[in-house]
Amino acid sequence: MNRMQPSADSTQAIAESDAIAVERTLSGDRDAYRVLVERHSHNIFRLAYRMTGNRHDAEEVVQEAFLRGYQKLGQFAARANFGTWVYRIAANYAIDRMRQRQKEESRREAPRVEDPDGMENDPLNRVKDEAPTPERLTQSIELRKQMEQALAALSDAERTAFVMRHWEGCGIEEIAEVLKSSSNATKNTVFRAVQKLRHALQPFVETRAQARAMGTES
Amino acid sequence: MKHIKEEELIAYREGVAEQRAAISEHLAACEECRGELERIEAVLAALDTLPVLDPGTDFGRHVWRKIAPRLEEKPGRWWRIWLRPRRLAAAGAVMALIIAAFVAGRISTKDKLGDNIANKEQVRERVLVVAVGEHLGHSERMLIELSNAAPASPAQKQVNISAEQHRAEDLLEENRLYRQTALQEGDAGLASVLDELERVLLDVAHSPDEVTPAQLEAIQKKIEARGILFKVRVVNKELQQRQEVTKPAPAQNESTKRERNKV
Repeated sequence: MNRMQPSADSTQAIAESDAIAVERTLSGDRDAYRVLVERHSHNIFRLAYRMTGNRHDAEEVVQEAFLRGYQKLGQFAARANFGTWVYRIAANYAIDRMRQRQKEESRREAPRVEDPDGMENDPLNRVKDEAPTPERLTQSIELRKQMEQALAALSDAERTAFVMRHWEGCGIEEIAEVLKSSSNATKNTVFRAVQKLRHALQPFVETRAQARAMGTES
Repeated sequence: MKHIKEEELIAYREGVAEQRAAISEHLAACEECRGELERIEAVLAALDTLPVLDPGTDFGRHVWRKIAPRLEEKPGRWWRIWLRPRRLAAAGAVMALIIAAFVAGRISTKDKLGDNIANKEQVRERVLVVAVGEHLGHSERMLIELSNAAPASPAQKQVNISAEQHRAEDLLEENRLYRQTALQEGDAGLASVLDELERVLLDVAHSPDEVTPAQLEAIQKKIEARGILFKVRVVNKELQQRQEVTKPAPAQNESTKRERNKV
């Protein structure tokens, strides 16, 4: 897991400083909110970028999360952690954004021929169909492309669960809250996400490992 | 030797396995499962190399510049949302519930202890019954309309469900309040149905404004699969019956709660 974990002391200090900024914002000092925005923007961007997969949407998620946070600040419980709270708002909005994006893309797509088995739409098959030549496989950039495709082929819930658990190190309960799901269902979603990624990427990862072993790739 | 399932290995790798110690023990002894775990780890390690774009050191200031003109002078206070008419009605119902319970307690202080408790429970329940009954009626109507929604012609590619979506958003806030109140009142059956209703309302509230006929059908199937309309109708009917009984005996209350739990 890659989530940057600050020390307990610094977390406490940030939370206390956040609480003061929230209080000042609520009392009408709008500039106090700027402190919160500047402090938490990078964390939110990282989450949003991993969830949406592109800068444009990630920036929109960050802005919208802070706007919604400001509008709902009165509902924010003083004892809660502002960073965690706005992070959840961002995760929820990122899911909405991903759904909206899919809707836009499905509108643009040409009508497809009926596919009774659903095989054509199977993301794993899409990845296989676009399998590169052995030479290109040796290039890391190709693997990166495959990884981006495999991530994009996950459902919104799977991608959210994977990003929040694997990369952001969030607890299952926290993810379940964002997905509006139970803990067990969320664990299953994490499992399905990793399983799909594994099945889509393992051949490429193994080929690269073999190429490395043979010294054809650095 | 029985090997560990892929599901458990992934849960172990992601730190969410329940039988962590047992899996560790098995892995120490089983080369095959260790190999399987290594293959999973290799894929995850490759994914970890995916770079995250750095938005730049100035990003926080950039976000502030973008959002600052859109911020109101003062952020919303939590009670402002309750000033919206529908929410005000829900808040009023719960306030009436609290006041009624208090008054019932005051009036019946001279009564015997058993009567006192029974009285308070009856008054509280009556207020809750009326308010929740109305809420369930609204929810039922919205769900029926959504269940009956369909494209005007086969050629129509998008169906606008924004009206239902906005109603679901409003109902959601009320629903949360009633569910919490039902829980506080110890009415687990009612709280459970409201909880299920809340999930459906959330789905609808989070749907896009316009959906394709296929998406609409998926929403309708979800509503149908959960049997929420049936549950709402049963509970609402039962609440109406309770409303008609002026002074229900405590024993009847318990019985109706048990009946609802069955639903």
